[in-house]
Amino acid sequence: MIRRVTVENLGLMRGDRLLFRGLSFAIEAGQAISLVGRNGAGKTSLLRAIAGFIRPLEGAIHFHGQVGVIEAEDARSRGLHMAGHQDGLKPSRLAEAEFRFQARWTGASEAGIARAREALDLDVLFDLEVRKLSAGQRRRLSLGRLLASPRPLWLLDEPLAPLDADHRRTFGALMAEHVAGGGMILAAVHDPLPIATDTLDLGGLDLGEPDLSDDVERTPGDWP
Amino acid sequence: MNGFGVLLKRELAMAWNRGGGPAVALAFNASAVTLLPLASGGALDKLKLLAPGFSWVALALASLLSLERLFERDYEDGALDLLALGPAPLELVAVAKCLAQWICTGIPLAIFAPLAATALGADMALAPLTFLCALIGGLGFAFVGGVGAAVSLGARAGGVLIAVVVLPLFTPLAIFGGGAIAGLAMGLDWKAGLLFLSAYSLFFVALGPFAMAWACRNALS
Repeated sequence: MIRRVTVENLGLMRGDRLLFRGLSFAIEAGQAISLVGRNGAGKTSLLRAIAGFIRPLEGAIHFHGQVGVIEAEDARSRGLHMAGHQDGLKPSRLAEAEFRFQARWTGASEAGIARAREALDLDVLFDLEVRKLSAGQRRRLSLGRLLASPRPLWLLDEPLAPLDADHRRTFGALMAEHVAGGGMILAAVHDPLPIATDTLDLGGLDLGEPDLSDDVERTPGDWP
Repeated sequence: MNGFGVLLKRELAMAWNRGGGPAVALAFNASAVTLLPLASGGALDKLKLLAPGFSWVALALASLLSLERLFERDYEDGALDLLALGPAPLELVAVAKCLAQWICTGIPLAIFAPLAATALGADMALAPLTFLCALIGGLGFAFVGGVGAAVSLGARAGGVLIAVVVLPLFTPLAIFGGGAIAGLAMGLDWKAGLLFLSAYSLFFVALGPFAMAWACRNALS
């Protein structure tokens, strides 16, 4: 499965606006990267480009396995989770049905589902219609699939924003566990994640002049 | 195909409830069929001639009803992202959605179609063929409609746009389906119409998913 993702000389355009060009970086197994930058800098677009939704203006994104490059389509359909700010849950359906669908669709086993239920305390939500859940409860439900079906690369867009303090800690621990187990995380954030991450600052990119991760390990305390 | 089964189960559950599901489509169809004799002033002999064709038109319109939500909901709430990252390609996702649409509205409408036609005065002998045409035509309606629904993703007033995109593509279905039934009613050859109807439906079953997947990818980017 995916051991490394390389982004080479990437340029993205949305509409007729150039977001950035010449972006190169790599995520290695066991690495977490916080993607920061002002609103509109292209954080979400970068995540969507890696997930294959946006065709880059230039440059390339490669997924590497143990030996050699993995076919991008294969890597995306088996190797990555994308959790955007939309949860993809149907308001009129029961939380349990939606969670089970999201987990099974991404390839979860019953054991994985049980693990997610326990780790994120999902059972209390199961009998409710999704429309009756709060934003934080919906996020917990949709983050559940990340635990239920193990995929190495997590692309997260403001994953913690709606969660309460307890669940931020819980999910922080789960992210740390994922990274420690050789997983990769690329998360667009404004508030620091509760785990040690490298930083990729899109705001610091002068168009055409990439200014890549300074590779400083940041902890929540020393966030600028 | 495990992923496909998981998806189909979800799509069936959603199609069954979408916009009221089959009940609304059937009620719409029944209302349309009831309006015709009221509006035509009760000339029963004329009605008898029009019955097969009109019940076919009502069927086409009824199958348009819940199309708007076929892809639009998943697109709006972000579920389409998830569907695109699953084990099956978007082409199969489109197949699952259209199949579910056909099972949950097409088949109930097909069962109702001979009833509607007979109620309007069509010969009972036409009922089996009406059912068969509605069943096969319904498959065409679902897959043609799916293309319209996918192409109009993200457009304002998408529902109206779907009707405008899809109704012209329903024309061959109307001609061949209505033609087969009228042919049998007049003692002419009806097999050609049925075969053309099947061919047109299967053409869209085969190629429609590619168009739908392309349109979805385009909407996501």
